[in-house]
Amino acid sequence: MSKPLEHIRNFAIIAHIDHGKSTLADRLIQTCGGLEEREMKEQVLDSMEIERERGITIKAQTVRLAYTAKDGIEYQLNLMDTPGHVDFAYEVSRSLASCEGSLLVVDSTQGVEAQTLANVYQAIENDHEILPVINKIDLPAADIDKAKEQIEDVIGLDATDAVPVSGKTGINIDQLLEAIVTKLPCPKEGAADKPTKALLVDSWYDSYLGVVILVRVIDGYLRKGQKIRFMKAKATRDIDRVGMFTPKHVLLDELGPGEMGFITASIKDISETKVGDTITDEKKPCETALPGFKPSIPMVFCSLFPVDASEYEKLRDSLGKIKLNDASLHYETESSQALGLGFRCGFLGLLHMEIIQERLEREFDLDLIPTAPSVVYKINMTDGSQIELYNPVDMPDVQRIKSVEEPWIKATILVPDEYLGGILTLCQERRGVQIELNYAGNRALVVYRLPLNEVVFDFYDRLKSISRGYASFDYALDGYDENDLVKLEIRVNQEPVDALAMIVHKDAAESRGRQLCERLKDLIPRQMFKIAIQAALGGKIIAAEHLSALRKDVTAKCYGGDVSRKRKLLEKQKKGKKKMRQYGNVEIPQSAFINALKMGDDK
Amino acid sequence: MSELFGVYIHWPFCASKCPYCDFNSHVASNIDHHAWRDAYRREIEYYASLLKGRVVTSVFFGGGTPSLMQPETTAHVLDTIAENWSVARDAEITLEANPTSVEAGKFRDFKSAGVNRVSLGVQSMRDDELKFLGRQHTAAEAIKAITIARDTFERYSFDLIYARPEQSVTDWRAELQDALRYADGHLSLYQLTIEPGTAFHTMYQRKDFEVPDEDDGGALYEATQEVMEEAGLPAYEVSNHAAAGQESLHNMTYWRYGDYVGIGPGAHGRITMNGQKQATRAHKAPDVWMGRVKENGHGSHDFEVITDDQLFEEAMMMGLRLRDGVSITGYEERFDMGRIHALEGEGLVTLNGQTLQPTVKGLQRLNGILNYLL
Ligand SMILES: Nc1nc2c(ncn2[C@@H]2O[C@H](COP(=O)(O)OP(=O)(O)O)[C@@H](O)[C@H]2O)c(=O)[nH]1
Ligand SMILES: C[S@@+](CC[C@H](N)C(=O)[O-])C[C@H]1O[C@@H](n2cnc3c(N)ncnc32)[C@H](O)[C@@H]1O
Ligand code: SF4
Ligand SMILES: [Mg+2]
Repeated sequence: MSKPLEHIRNFAIIAHIDHGKSTLADRLIQTCGGLEEREMKEQVLDSMEIERERGITIKAQTVRLAYTAKDGIEYQLNLMDTPGHVDFAYEVSRSLASCEGSLLVVDSTQGVEAQTLANVYQAIENDHEILPVINKIDLPAADIDKAKEQIEDVIGLDATDAVPVSGKTGINIDQLLEAIVTKLPCPKEGAADKPTKALLVDSWYDSYLGVVILVRVIDGYLRKGQKIRFMKAKATRDIDRVGMFTPKHVLLDELGPGEMGFITASIKDISETKVGDTITDEKKPCETALPGFKPSIPMVFCSLFPVDASEYEKLRDSLGKIKLNDASLHYETESSQALGLGFRCGFLGLLHMEIIQERLEREFDLDLIPTAPSVVYKINMTDGSQIELYNPVDMPDVQRIKSVEEPWIKATILVPDEYLGGILTLCQERRGVQIELNYAGNRALVVYRLPLNEVVFDFYDRLKSISRGYASFDYALDGYDENDLVKLEIRVNQEPVDALAMIVHKDAAESRGRQLCERLKDLIPRQMFKIAIQAALGGKIIAAEHLSALRKDVTAKCYGGDVSRKRKLLEKQKKGKKKMRQYGNVEIPQSAFINALKMGDDK
Repeated sequence: MSELFGVYIHWPFCASKCPYCDFNSHVASNIDHHAWRDAYRREIEYYASLLKGRVVTSVFFGGGTPSLMQPETTAHVLDTIAENWSVARDAEITLEANPTSVEAGKFRDFKSAGVNRVSLGVQSMRDDELKFLGRQHTAAEAIKAITIARDTFERYSFDLIYARPEQSVTDWRAELQDALRYADGHLSLYQLTIEPGTAFHTMYQRKDFEVPDEDDGGALYEATQEVMEEAGLPAYEVSNHAAAGQESLHNMTYWRYGDYVGIGPGAHGRITMNGQKQATRAHKAPDVWMGRVKENGHGSHDFEVITDDQLFEEAMMMGLRLRDGVSITGYEERFDMGRIHALEGEGLVTLNGQTLQPTVKGLQRLNGILNYLL
């Protein structure tokens, strides 16, 4: 039997990284007896983290807790752990859409951070009731009043009812549980007698169960054996399991209105289960799908090449394995003259890109050359058509281009006063437009509109180094705008180096081009012939360097008849040649390109 | 000219170890000269049994410091060679010598033993530089040794090491001019190479000193060519200069990829047996080598057959060290003619008929050329 709506509370936990979300979740689980003492280990949610166990990226999770409140009623609390980064903004929004409230956890020794803000705004957009929780009050440096003040000043939320707790020692956890029941709302709508309507919150691949789908039921029921339909994916399946996490797997007969849990339906391909889709009954479907569904669109692109060309197949298999669990990863084969065979990959954002690259290198033991990250440009052609440009190499001929649009973001930055100047300069350099500048205590809250292209290229690293690590940064996509964008091409002995092509703003093209030429000049070893390194904009050379030919390279002494030693040296060099690329009559080691890409934007 | 066939004898001992040197040389206090004599004899006899009927065109005593040998040992070795092979009438018999007074005092005895050419390790004409190079002699002693050598032997040569730390082109030109006053027909001029495993390597890593970079080294090399050409001793090989007809026949055997037998610890050989080129490589440690000789009659590791590919590479690598170049007959299809022409265009090689020849400009970039062509 499922619970009446009034006895259900679905809530998410919002926190900046390290403010104690996982620890607090542990305490709540422990207090409600979700796990026995001996099963309790630190950061239960993290250790279940499918990431580690089954190799998933970042997935939403739910835990169902039974809490008997002071009013004597046993409540069903569904705690939702959302992925915590804007790269997964859409996934986060769907997780939030499945809840009615949020706990806003603020570390009382740190205060409000940028990531907290972005998440709070999302929760507010989803109509959440927000309960502030001031954490880590066991620490001597805790300043509860200041944290409350910041919640009011920076976020604009009433902090009168904020609950001060320690997730670590368990201080005030009971008080927090009581507040969850009394302050957070129960599911607003939901009828047992209406046709089944459930939100697909997230899904992941499990090698035993197939795809596991996390759901939130709005109306009706989900039961074992039921024939269901995924409205957006237009697929029909039979449910073979219904259950919940406590955090252990527990099978149930059904999930009813307002409840959260999981189902499996013998699905092998995760791309069938789209986050935000509506699940309904095949025979008796609901009339309209839930609002807010968006297909996942990659925002940031880069190409990945194996350092060792023979690892191409392995790279493909590895991407396939990751894709099994991460429908948002896109990739297709790319063939580069400079770097060989690889893949053009699309990611939801920077973090997503980093995670995938790291997993490929660590879990799959691949040595990769990533090209500079790029974004998706919209090219308006003179013939009136519009194309989307995923790879700078594919930029059409300038004569055929009417205009180019690039994606922008709205960035929220919180930075201590003394570093504000540097941060503003950085944003300005990156073509940013200031929208807001406020002070909260000794920190500034800066909101800028920035081209995403300028942010994908080491913006975050620069931000951190300028502020000595104290600035926090978050962003949300903010549409496309037309701009003076051009393709910068690097040529070695007149031949374009595809891996180094990039789209840049016209004003930055010359300095960028010069920088790359100088860099390559240092990286390419001298050869028998002189080498011309040029930067070109649509056929026009804007910067050039010349690497003169080798002046001296000879073994002075010839060891009394020890020819083998010399021959082996030569053979070793010949092997090295396999990692060379031919440009005209010169051979350039792949490593020169790799390093040119690696060096980022350092000035 | 008759077919070249050289015998190399390695003497692995020195009075002290020079900081730049990675040759197979050891400082030992008590050397059993009789044992060495016997071991050399046995190994020579071994190779002679494999290579019957060859005519020896050169013998080279290298080291180490062969001038520390007892002249009796030298004589014994030369006698053994003569007993086992026929020796060409005009065979070149070279001995490497260090220009200290002790060694110069033995020149007459080496001459009696059959040596007709010495190669002196002078290294520098400057006392402070000789000190830096860890040498046991002064410039004056070197000059004295050269004079004695001139009076004793039919031919002599000496070695200099240049491109030393901080050495300017001007300094080097002057030093080279000094050296030329004592040269006669042949000089070896080596740019200092920092070899792994040497004392200099450690010092270099520690940045105790710097050596000329590619451009400065290039300028020094170019100046050397200019001075030597003017003096009538042009380069006939990357680091070797001689008046016409004064080239070292033994070294030419290496560069022309002829056969040579390697006797003694760490010695290398290239010998043709049943139409098949083989590489021999003796154990490096003197006592190990000695033990093997006693046991097997020779101190080499297993002989290694040189494959066709290797043969081609070795022949080109060695042959292109010579200004006269190398014949590519039989190897035409192994070359990318486009590449040869590209190098010709840069003035780095010439192709005259079947002879591929590096220019002087090419010699100083030989590794690059080999890399590009092979
Ligand atoms: N002293 C103290 N430390 C805490 C408390 N809550 C979390 N921590 C510590 O803060 C760090 C980050 O906590 P974690 O739960 O992983 O944060 P998350 O990144 O938000 O999940 C860990 O080292 C925790 O042990 C608390 O209430 N008091
Ligand atoms: C077998 S070695 C030395 C022979 C003899 N023991 C001597 O020291 O004169 C032959 C020559 O190689 C040169 N040589 C040795 N090591 C060198 C190095 N690291 N760099 C340049 N030349 C070197 C020296 O000129 C040396 O005379
Ligand atoms: S340079 Fe000559 S003397 Fe010096 S250690 Fe080497 S072989 Fe011996
Ligand atoms: Mg955590």
